[in-house]
Amino acid sequence: MDFKSSDTVTGPRAGDHLPHTAQAAVKIVIVGGFGVGKTTMVGSVSEIRPLTTEETMTQAGIGVDDDYGAETKTATTVAMDFGRISLTDQLVLYLFGTPGQERFWFLWNGLFEGALGAVVLVDTRRLEAGFDVIGRLEERGVPFVVATNEFPDAPRYPVEDLRAALDLPEEIPIVRCDARRRASSRDTLMTLMRFLHSLAMTSTRS
Amino acid sequence: MTPPQRRRRRPRERPPEPPAPPSPLAHPEGSEGEEGRDGPRNPERLYVLTGGGEDTDRAEVDLVTLVVARAAVPPPGIQPEQTALLRLCGTPLSVAEISAYLHLPFSVVTVLLTELLAAGLVRARAPIARQALPDRSLLEAVMHGLQKL
Repeated sequence: MDFKSSDTVTGPRAGDHLPHTAQAAVKIVIVGGFGVGKTTMVGSVSEIRPLTTEETMTQAGIGVDDDYGAETKTATTVAMDFGRISLTDQLVLYLFGTPGQERFWFLWNGLFEGALGAVVLVDTRRLEAGFDVIGRLEERGVPFVVATNEFPDAPRYPVEDLRAALDLPEEIPIVRCDARRRASSRDTLMTLMRFLHSLAMTSTRS
Repeated sequence: MTPPQRRRRRPRERPPEPPAPPSPLAHPEGSEGEEGRDGPRNPERLYVLTGGGEDTDRAEVDLVTLVVARAAVPPPGIQPEQTALLRLCGTPLSVAEISAYLHLPFSVVTVLLTELLAAGLVRARAPIARQALPDRSLLEAVMHGLQKL
């Protein structure tokens, strides 16, 4: 690990500092397969240039004499891009674009457990790439909405067909979005928040 | 055209205990056959960097825990990585941002922070996590903030 001396560390740019009044942060996870537009969505709504946090996963070599264990391990660096939105002087929202494979989720402690909820971004050209992600969120009880990132050459299924194909209950919102557009990404996040709010109302009443 | 078909899953009875996060701390030789425990490019370096203490409890640090330095001037005798961290945190900064700016893995930042917290050199503002009963006013504050975008 080459650590640069503290003099050369590039910190937040002048406009990227949070105010001293910032008291608490919440997070939303944007999850989906490779190339589906997670980072694009993060970047389109973030107030800072998206940043990257990395974690390393090492795996022992298979069938190799473990006298040389240190050399036979393969390290996989997993990166996660994220952005930030200051909601008020006190409250900050972070958005994490997360790889779809569950084995990477454990690299960042409490990534989903502490999140308000998740946006599952799917590409209708490769709908099945989102199946496993959705299943794992269901198993973990993480509330989520589904957004189809509309690529120009992607098939446009009616929402009812998508709901049937994804086997999602009626209450889970499915929306179309263009992750490149700030307003569209913001609307997708609002859809998630309204859904979470409705869940909160329901659980308060029961 | 018919899309491919998924089958719904049910929530598990009890959420599984997440396995311990990868730690650059213990077992630099992988002597106990554990996976994912060693540091990346240079395990020895990380081992030194994080003190190598096996029984050091790490603080409950989340990606969005906000960290603020308590002293303007870093005290002498701490590691350069910790000095850099303190300099970054003159204003509140999330652990994720610290990891990004220092180019250090999240797990390493967690260990550095644990020591700084124990020494009283930083303050941590815990994140608001999803509760069994979410706080409606919190959700409304998030919605209100998003609407202003």
